[in-house]
Amino acid sequence: MGDVIRLTTPLTDEDILKLKAGDNVLISGVIYTGRDAAHKRMIEALEKGEELPFDVKGQIIYYVGPSPARPGRPVGAAGPTTSYRMNPYAPKLIALGLKGMIGKGKMSQEVKEHCQKYKAVYFGAVGGCGALLSQRIKKAEIIAYEDLGPEAVRRLEVEDFPVIVVYDAHGGDLEEMGIKEYRVEG
Amino acid sequence: MRVIDVSQITEAIAKLCIEANYELPDDVYQALKEALEKEKSPVGKAVLSMILENAELARQRVAPICQDCGLAVVFLEIGQEVHFTGGSLKEAIYEGVRKGYKEGYLRKSTCHPFTRANVGDNTPPVIHYDIVPGDKVRIVVAPKGGGSENMSMVTMLKPADGLEGVIETVVNRVKEAGGNPCPPIIVGVGVGGTFERSAFLAKKALLRPVGKPNPDVELAKVEQEILERINKLGIGPMGWGGTVTALAVHFEMEPVHIASLPCAVNINCHVARHKEIII
Repeated sequence: MGDVIRLTTPLTDEDILKLKAGDNVLISGVIYTGRDAAHKRMIEALEKGEELPFDVKGQIIYYVGPSPARPGRPVGAAGPTTSYRMNPYAPKLIALGLKGMIGKGKMSQEVKEHCQKYKAVYFGAVGGCGALLSQRIKKAEIIAYEDLGPEAVRRLEVEDFPVIVVYDAHGGDLEEMGIKEYRVEG
Repeated sequence: MRVIDVSQITEAIAKLCIEANYELPDDVYQALKEALEKEKSPVGKAVLSMILENAELARQRVAPICQDCGLAVVFLEIGQEVHFTGGSLKEAIYEGVRKGYKEGYLRKSTCHPFTRANVGDNTPPVIHYDIVPGDKVRIVVAPKGGGSENMSMVTMLKPADGLEGVIETVVNRVKEAGGNPCPPIIVGVGVGGTFERSAFLAKKALLRPVGKPNPDVELAKVEQEILERINKLGIGPMGWGGTVTALAVHFEMEPVHIASLPCAVNINCHVARHKEIII
């Protein structure tokens, strides 16, 4: 594994362009949560000409629905959910200036192409590590769609949140690279 | 006849829901440690180290192992000499799930299929009852995450497809799933009975201690063959490339209809939770 790259949000085109698939990144600053139901509402809001709950320009959306916080903690377990379910929504948000998504698993060809066209990155976080990842979240606040419970949009303040670059803005794809390297024929 | 008050069932279920979500079973933990030894990819090794560290933190009650605390899948083996008093057994199970998910700070993940409105208390659980000889009640709670469940499938193969068809189906399913179900995964395969019976067998296969072979030697060989083929796919931990894609394949088989060859693949993520109690 290579060196670790530290990034602070919001992200610029310059930040994005230096990232390559497979890079280990530690993210600090504010990131926003959103998964299935929140994305559906955000896209419906856009279609109606309404404002989004936050300006996506330069921001990162983390695909997560945390478990309830235990007393004295800002958030419960908070690992990534599977990203392909956001395929119908992510390209629209990337086109509006969203710079990153954090999730797990594959996303669509369209998402990959949007990452190249609009200079964005799809980061992977390790799934099933909710307890560990929750420790990198210092503050959590619901900013929209509270009725959705775990699916509400939250503003998170993170410190050294560990991710890996899955799709970079140059067409690189960590999963493709990894499988090519370790696949055994026959 | 032995009398059991259903309040005992409520308490047991609540406790099992909490324990299952905070304490990774020892067999799974050991299998992950072995995977860390075996994995050749540095990225894969880093993922496995993080998974093991996370299990420790969850055990210390920092937070549940995974934010997806699952749909509560409950298996009940009820001794036929047991008589339940104090109310409805089903309601007692529901109450146990409500209590466990509330008191354990567990995520409630059940919702309306179309409005997606959250039910709010993680009911209904999925309950599998079995009546067995004796006067005991065995309860297994196996919370099941949505990510890996979404990658599962039942295929109604033709008898002509045979064992090779089943093996192909399983390997292809895992290949298509890639990193989505949080590998390294455990693969439950059910071949038998009808459409729903095969799915049940695949689910039940996931409850077996990780890597414990089927007692039938021939089936144990099939499990091994499928496992080897899966681990040649190169998917690796989290799908980022590597040599350990699955920790184990568990195959369960029963007779089928002469027209059918139902093949169910139920995938479990590495957070393979199950806790049990005998009352």
